[in-house]
Amino acid sequence: MSEHEYTPKSKAGKWFNDRLPLLTLGAHLTDYPTPKNLNYWWTFGGILTFCLITQIVTGIVLAMHYVAHADLAFASVEHIMRDVNYGWLIRYIHSNGASMFFLAVYIHIFRSLFYGSYKSPREVIWIIGLMIYLLMMAAAFMGYVLPWGQMSFWGATVITNLFSAIPLVGDSITTWLWGAYSVDNPTLNRFFSLHYLIPFLILGLVVLHIWALHVPGNNNPVGIDIKKPSKDTVPFHPYITIKDAFALLVFMIIFAGFVFFTPNVLGHSDNYIPANPLVTPAHIVPEWYLLPFYAILRSVPDKLGGVILMFSAIFILFVLPWLDTSKVRSAVFRPIYRQFFWILVIDVLMLGYVGAMPAEGIYLVLARVGTIYYFLHFIVVMPVVGFLEKTDPIPMSISEPVLTGGAEPSLARKVNDKV
Amino acid sequence: MIKSKIKLLVLSFLLLISLRPLQSAEMVDPIKVNWSFKGLTGTFDRASLQRGFQVYKEVCASCHSMQYLSYRNLGEPGGPEFSEQEVKAIAASFEIEDGPDSQGEMFTRPGKPSDKFKSPYPNVQAATAANGGAYPPDMSVLVKARKGGANYIYSVLVGYEDPPSGVTLDEGVYYNKYMAGNKIKMPNNLMDGLVEYADGTESTVDQMAKDVTTFLAWAAEPELEERHKTGVKVIIYLVLLTILVYLSMKKIWSRVDSEV
Repeated sequence: MSEHEYTPKSKAGKWFNDRLPLLTLGAHLTDYPTPKNLNYWWTFGGILTFCLITQIVTGIVLAMHYVAHADLAFASVEHIMRDVNYGWLIRYIHSNGASMFFLAVYIHIFRSLFYGSYKSPREVIWIIGLMIYLLMMAAAFMGYVLPWGQMSFWGATVITNLFSAIPLVGDSITTWLWGAYSVDNPTLNRFFSLHYLIPFLILGLVVLHIWALHVPGNNNPVGIDIKKPSKDTVPFHPYITIKDAFALLVFMIIFAGFVFFTPNVLGHSDNYIPANPLVTPAHIVPEWYLLPFYAILRSVPDKLGGVILMFSAIFILFVLPWLDTSKVRSAVFRPIYRQFFWILVIDVLMLGYVGAMPAEGIYLVLARVGTIYYFLHFIVVMPVVGFLEKTDPIPMSISEPVLTGGAEPSLARKVNDKV
Repeated sequence: MIKSKIKLLVLSFLLLISLRPLQSAEMVDPIKVNWSFKGLTGTFDRASLQRGFQVYKEVCASCHSMQYLSYRNLGEPGGPEFSEQEVKAIAASFEIEDGPDSQGEMFTRPGKPSDKFKSPYPNVQAATAANGGAYPPDMSVLVKARKGGANYIYSVLVGYEDPPSGVTLDEGVYYNKYMAGNKIKMPNNLMDGLVEYADGTESTVDQMAKDVTTFLAWAAEPELEERHKTGVKVIIYLVLLTILVYLSMKKIWSRVDSEV
């Protein structure tokens, strides 16, 4: 794991480290050579770790006061808000924390897309990351059900009903998921159980994610391989720790702004109405971070087709490292791909927007256009642009500026010549 | 380069959002009131909260429950802040069912500050049956449960009108400009001079609507004042810490020939 041998100075430390090399691990983590040119888009890994820990800690406290029962859940949340010391703070941190978590993860994922961090040799990091993202969506969805408000109940009804689209066994699977013949108390109970479990699965995957990262080391904005340790790298501590701390604090200011001044702006007002199986809300919408997928789901007139397309939208990301044919990682040196990257960003934002609107008229048209582009981007644009694109010259190392005018051509290689 | 892209991104997103009015054209936007509890340092108007409680107690409470509030909340900081004696007197004015006693019998006793607000009906079904098939919603979190919040509640309270020609209303249905669908089963209960305010404020419909909405806003967010106060402190602390960490970061990174 480590590039250098570490020997503890004290005798006791050496005795312990020979038996369990925790100190070696600590030394590896602090010395870990990191590219010195990482920009602020690279600080979101640390921010995401903070988000996960925050959710776990606040969640454990909430679980001490919450009651997972269809008749009592809503009241127990109000009990937390009114009677538990700082219960309102803990709950608002947890509910807004979910949104902040997704905000950070989307930036993290798009950073990876822009700088080609998913490419060889980092495919496994990418895939583990996507598994974390999938679990996050499951945890967030189930967590939103727990307050047992109208959106909780009807969101759960819509999403679990998706499984009934599966031919032959769909209805049986849905009943099995519910533990009843509709979303009911057994559903709430199991969602609570799973909602408590998933964050710890995520934690385990985060360890693997970081482990897999530490094998090849970080990608960087230039996207080239670097020797480590070298003059191109800095030790993780204190250089990256202090930079991550600064970025985290800025993130926390925004987080606190939501928690203290607009704690409900990201939620839906209907979720303060207790769940009522007899009254369907006018518009059932998921939380904002699931809206792009909701738009894809609703863009297809056929239920099964919509479900397949929605899940494909996520699973297509798993094969992204093999769909991208470009030898150059960073979009900084890919003038054509860079344009398409920003089109994808706009496309996903647009899908998110139309996902919140009724599926009719102009919104349905936009949803369909957006869905088509989303898939075209990965299935057609990425393989084709990778082949055809004439990339810009890239420097040999991150210490050098990008080649300015052929003073020493040997320093640079034109990657597209090799393709 | 990236900055101009982000600009483009923000612009196109704003364009998208501006499409929004197309969707909700049929609903009238609620009246915007300059509430004292708005904004980063907003607090409740104590006198208005006390008057609002009076309106709730004398008008709303005959149909609407507020089951998540306790009488003691009325004396807590950040709320109407009635004195301890007043809270005890308010609680004692209600007959609360308690029990079972040692004989297994339910009994009634005067309310205590620790009791929850007494509901006008024993259950949702009874409330629905007694109100022409429309359940008068519990008002504990009503302000948070409606899009538009306090503005919407206030607007509905003052939004009763004669129906425009062509609109026929069933028995027990009223026309309201701000209600979704314009039809509401709650009659217009407020009329000038309905309650006699203890502090001598003139009880116009507008005044009562504002007071009771303020009271409901507090009921939905009793932590609001503490939240605002704590929030300001937290943000100041975080900003100072951010500055210190930023300076440390600059100092540390000055050892290497790289921009941070």
